[in-house]
Amino acid sequence: MSIMEKHVVLEKNSILLVIAIIIVVAIGGLVEIVPLFYLKSTIEKVEGVRPYTPLELAGRNIYIREGCYNCHSQMIRPLRDEIERYGHFSLAAESMYDHPFQWGSKRTGPDLARVGTKYSDQWHREHLANPRAVVPDSIMPGYPFLATTELDTRHLADVVKTNRFVGVPYTDEQIANVDADVAAQVNPDDKEAKAFAARYPKAVARDFSGDGKVTELTALIAYLQMLGTLVDFKIYDDKANAR
Amino acid sequence: MARPAAASTLSFEETGYALFLGLLVVVCLLIAGKAWDWQMAFHAGIGVAFAALGIFLIVSAALKRTAFQPLEIDGRPNYNFGPVKFATIAAIFWGIAAFTVGLTIALQLAFPALNFDLPWTNFGRLRPLHTSAAIFAFGGNVLLATSFYVVQRTCQARMPGIVTPWFIVLGYNAFIVIAGTGYLFGVTQGKEYAEPEWYADLWLTIVWVVYLLAFLATIWRRKEPHIYVANWFYLAFILTIAVLHLGNNESVPISVFSSKSVQVFSGVQDAMVQWWYGHNAVGFFLTAGFLAIMYYFVPKRAERPVYSYRLSIVHFWALIFLYIWAGPHHLHYTALPEWASTLGATFSIMLWMPSWGGMINGLMTLSGAWDKLRTDPVLRMLVVSVAFYGMSTFEGPLMSVKAVNSLSHYTDWTIGHVHSGVLGWVGFVSFGAIYCLVPWLWNRKSLYSLKLVSWHFWLATIGIVFYICAMWVSGIMEGLMWRAYDKLGFLEYSFIETVAAKHTLYIIRALGGGLFLAGTLIMAYNVYMTIRYGEREDTVPASAGTLAAAE
Repeated sequence: MSIMEKHVVLEKNSILLVIAIIIVVAIGGLVEIVPLFYLKSTIEKVEGVRPYTPLELAGRNIYIREGCYNCHSQMIRPLRDEIERYGHFSLAAESMYDHPFQWGSKRTGPDLARVGTKYSDQWHREHLANPRAVVPDSIMPGYPFLATTELDTRHLADVVKTNRFVGVPYTDEQIANVDADVAAQVNPDDKEAKAFAARYPKAVARDFSGDGKVTELTALIAYLQMLGTLVDFKIYDDKANAR
Repeated sequence: MARPAAASTLSFEETGYALFLGLLVVVCLLIAGKAWDWQMAFHAGIGVAFAALGIFLIVSAALKRTAFQPLEIDGRPNYNFGPVKFATIAAIFWGIAAFTVGLTIALQLAFPALNFDLPWTNFGRLRPLHTSAAIFAFGGNVLLATSFYVVQRTCQARMPGIVTPWFIVLGYNAFIVIAGTGYLFGVTQGKEYAEPEWYADLWLTIVWVVYLLAFLATIWRRKEPHIYVANWFYLAFILTIAVLHLGNNESVPISVFSSKSVQVFSGVQDAMVQWWYGHNAVGFFLTAGFLAIMYYFVPKRAERPVYSYRLSIVHFWALIFLYIWAGPHHLHYTALPEWASTLGATFSIMLWMPSWGGMINGLMTLSGAWDKLRTDPVLRMLVVSVAFYGMSTFEGPLMSVKAVNSLSHYTDWTIGHVHSGVLGWVGFVSFGAIYCLVPWLWNRKSLYSLKLVSWHFWLATIGIVFYICAMWVSGIMEGLMWRAYDKLGFLEYSFIETVAAKHTLYIIRALGGGLFLAGTLIMAYNVYMTIRYGEREDTVPASAGTLAAAE
């Protein structure tokens, strides 16, 4: 009996056909996905990567809500032109706390993996309100409503808690101080500033929206300004993480 | 006429659905009342309305019923075509919606003022609306309509259930409404083609499991011992989409009263899972499902048997085995370990063979019937769809080669590639199937106008050519500009110069999209006229005799 003739068995039995299909389609996914969860070389060992501050996390949720990933990647490839244009190639470790990842697949606009500190807050404020005011040929939509929408922080603590539930190492102290940390990050003179700096080392605290308010714009700029700034590549040893 | 008491009481199945929907009304009311955000309140409200409507439809249909539908009438299967008709019309409706939004966002890229700087109308929210409407709303309804039709016809059996087929079709479209309005409201998981939030995902899971069971139960009623090849493809599509949907939508809501959830996976693992899903949404939703359409409608329309039975078997197993591996070619040169992306590319190149095997099987089915291409524009549409399938499955493996991908990734070339597949292959094979289905379902002798089908065909073909050529040029151009160096060794172009360079090509692309949309509107008119005014194909011989006498 040839294989072709044996195939008749599957053609006549729907349950066997279902089982065969599931086995055949399971193999590729299992081989490619499962090792990524246990191979230690998958994520580099680096210093500096920390969970997002509550304000940055809120900004990231606005980034996701507005679908920024449809046009902006956050993944610099190790190609000469990309490194010169955008900076050091992206490490897996840099997005290890990104639930979900935002690497993107399209550059209708430039990559944003290391946009942090590249432009001033003022530039971002004007650019987000009206991109063509600062970049005449830009085709980006304007987001003037961000500056006029107060940031909704009612459930930010729940977002942080859920992030901890899925594996981001937020401490009890960080979870208990979500509101205080938002206030401290937009006001360096805040009485909680020191405690905030201790909870999120090297996190930048300043009045991102320039008007003392905590709007959606404030959160988004706080997020954009920290993108790609966590790892200090002056001391990063890429040989140690060769794979 | 005396109404049999049994017919107007609720059956066990109807009672079950009514109770389930009743429970849903209660749960949704509770969530709507305590919702954390207005989006959740709105969607829970939709849930209440749809579930209540469902209960009303179940009860009113049962009360009006004089007798249960028999499985057979005069020894011939009494097919259940009501849900097929609904899904066919829904496919046309969503198709027009998807292409209109597509044209809108294409114009936004050429003329950014069209974003109107409002949350609901910006590109970032409309783009997922476009992709999901095209893939899941248009494509999904085509798959529901054709799979219900094909599985019943090839098994010569009526689908089981009174409510079940309607629950699947209406439940699926309810998912579309919730997902689509969610995008406009900014409710999104932020993963491409998997944007719907946790509650929409849960609802789809329920609908999908019922779909699988109903499909299998129809197969169990088959008269013929063999399961027809188109049904293998439908089965692979339904099963694998279930697996992918569950795998890629692992998320934890911040509360049952909130529309916001957090993905379980992160970073590199999330990327891998996402593109395992993303590429196989192409492989199983847009390929396996539509190959099933090819395996039924091309032989049917050409009135020829499938070219090779052996090739069907090899094609089927090779395709579903290899496709699953291809995902990581979306992640070349990223932080994904190289072994994974290399595996993805390797299997993508191997995919060439089953893809072209399938194309050959489809095209060669026309052996001895090639002349029909001259006279039958519907068959022409089906055949050109297979040709586009061959072209985009040639281009795909090419783009998965690392050296090519380093240029093509992140550019418009990818957009062009997807559209040659979705407009050319999925679109045309769907249009062909709709043109076949409408006269069959509504008992019409023929379509209202074959000439309009020809117009649709040519407008859409020219539209696709405009579209993909514009994207090839703009994609390769921007890829080359990004990596261009001047003679002093500096990057030659700033990013914004590459954006400005694409302006004209974006206008040409929008023009192509406009032509494609125009073709679809012609189809909608043609289908409307066929249903409304088409000459009935009478199956009762007596009336045919009367007509002959009157002549």
